[in-house]
Amino acid sequence: MNKKNKILSIVFIATISTLIGISTSFDILHSKNRIILATTTSTYDSGLLDYILPTFEEKSGILVDILSVGTGHALETGRRGDADVLLVHSRTREDEFVSNGYGIHRACIMYNDFIIIGPSNDPANIQGENISVTMVNLKSAGELGLIKFYSRGDGSGTNSKELSLWDLINHSPNSAIDGWYYETGAGMGTTLIVADQNSGYTLIDRGTWLSTRNAVNLILLVEGEEVLLNPYGAILVNPEINLSVKYDLALEFVAFLTSEEGQGLIGSYKLNNETLFYPSFGHGNETYGCSTTDAEIEFWREYNGNYIG
Amino acid sequence: MVNEFIDGIVEAFALLFSLDPEIWGIILLSLRVSGTAIFVATLVSLPIGSFIALRKFSGKKFFTNLINTFMGFPPVVMGLLIFLLLSKSGPLGSLGLLYSPTAMIVAQLFLAIPIIIGTSKAAIESINPDLKETILNLGANERQLWWELIKESKKSIIAGVLVAFGQAISEVGAVMIVGGNIRWNTRTFTTSIVLQTRMGEFGMAMALGLILIIITFSLNYILTHLQMRDK
Repeated sequence: MNKKNKILSIVFIATISTLIGISTSFDILHSKNRIILATTTSTYDSGLLDYILPTFEEKSGILVDILSVGTGHALETGRRGDADVLLVHSRTREDEFVSNGYGIHRACIMYNDFIIIGPSNDPANIQGENISVTMVNLKSAGELGLIKFYSRGDGSGTNSKELSLWDLINHSPNSAIDGWYYETGAGMGTTLIVADQNSGYTLIDRGTWLSTRNAVNLILLVEGEEVLLNPYGAILVNPEINLSVKYDLALEFVAFLTSEEGQGLIGSYKLNNETLFYPSFGHGNETYGCSTTDAEIEFWREYNGNYIG
Repeated sequence: MVNEFIDGIVEAFALLFSLDPEIWGIILLSLRVSGTAIFVATLVSLPIGSFIALRKFSGKKFFTNLINTFMGFPPVVMGLLIFLLLSKSGPLGSLGLLYSPTAMIVAQLFLAIPIIIGTSKAAIESINPDLKETILNLGANERQLWWELIKESKKSIIAGVLVAFGQAISEVGAVMIVGGNIRWNTRTFTTSIVLQTRMGEFGMAMALGLILIIITFSLNYILTHLQMRDK
């Protein structure tokens, strides 16, 4: 190797190393104006967040990084301080998260509903039935080997809801024993595809259904009961749990979601001419399975332009 | 089924030539992350690999076994380890690097290091021992000897580096865990394909897969071409 080559390669390695150093320190510094929103696959994959975030980002100068995971995973990132704000759908676990001191100022943001879908020949005979008949029929058809049921099995909000539906008929499905009950351990979209490929039944949120139903052959069979409501809540991660949590920026974000403008944007999001989510911040929304406490409404109106729903 | 393949191919080319900033962002990020990881891994691994190949030391056998084991280290476990390390509740949490490109680079770096150490060690060991004698007889000092041997096994070393790069850019488990698949920020080819598949956008997923294959193929082609020219 001659001298010129040697100098050239040293310069080359030094330049690349400097560039790497710069980009790494950029990663450390640039997180300043960003918050991490841990949310469920249903709010992100349906396109809702991509629809409402640009307005917020432009107004506030805050960038929102979305971590699209299941509710269980989202709550865990909050506990670890890896997310600044959560938008999830499992009321019991949200309340538990708040009462354990991990989160503060929970507010109801929106709701839609869950539906049960399955193959169009409907061997379990559940089409149009009420929910308890549906669950009984699914179980007996499953035990007769007529159908397959696909569960998320991933600790997500949808998974919790599904288990609570089996609870209604005092059954706790066990995929190790029940040969007709499968746990995919995956997100909603993946579970839908697996169920579709095997002509099975599954529980799905309407947002994901409306945005992916063109890709599958399954059809909507059961809908429209109170127990199937699917409320989404926003929670700020408690900055006392982890000092690096960006509480102020996260607060601005939830203030936007609860404001007249934010709520209006959520309600105006349409896919194929259908509304996916309905805004629900404020008083008197208990009927949607979603209520914000009076104290929290008082708290948020101070930041959201005095909007109380 | 056939339609999805055709859609994918059509969409892939449309995307590539549409100059869609998001697609180009994904391409550049994937190349940046895997390129950086492999570059740093090579700088670290080459000296270690040649040291193990050329020196005799106690524990050499154990060390070799260790490297061979780590060459097949499960990426998703590496992702988990780096996640726990960089999480805000972890030892390096204060750096705020979780869910950043750097976190993905770190994960791929540690996956690539054993591969490059292992392949470069094997490459240097496979050189005819007579050559070593000849170089020493020509009056080379140890540093010069090492350099000559590395140069001699250049082809196999580059092949090893390419294997590591191919593994890095097509890996999904680790980057998904530590990067979080955040749009405009940590979304790579593979995490994007997972997302598109989950959303039922099979055409788009196929298109991204095809672009990934085209890129790795072109890189390999260029590098093989360079190797051939040198000989």
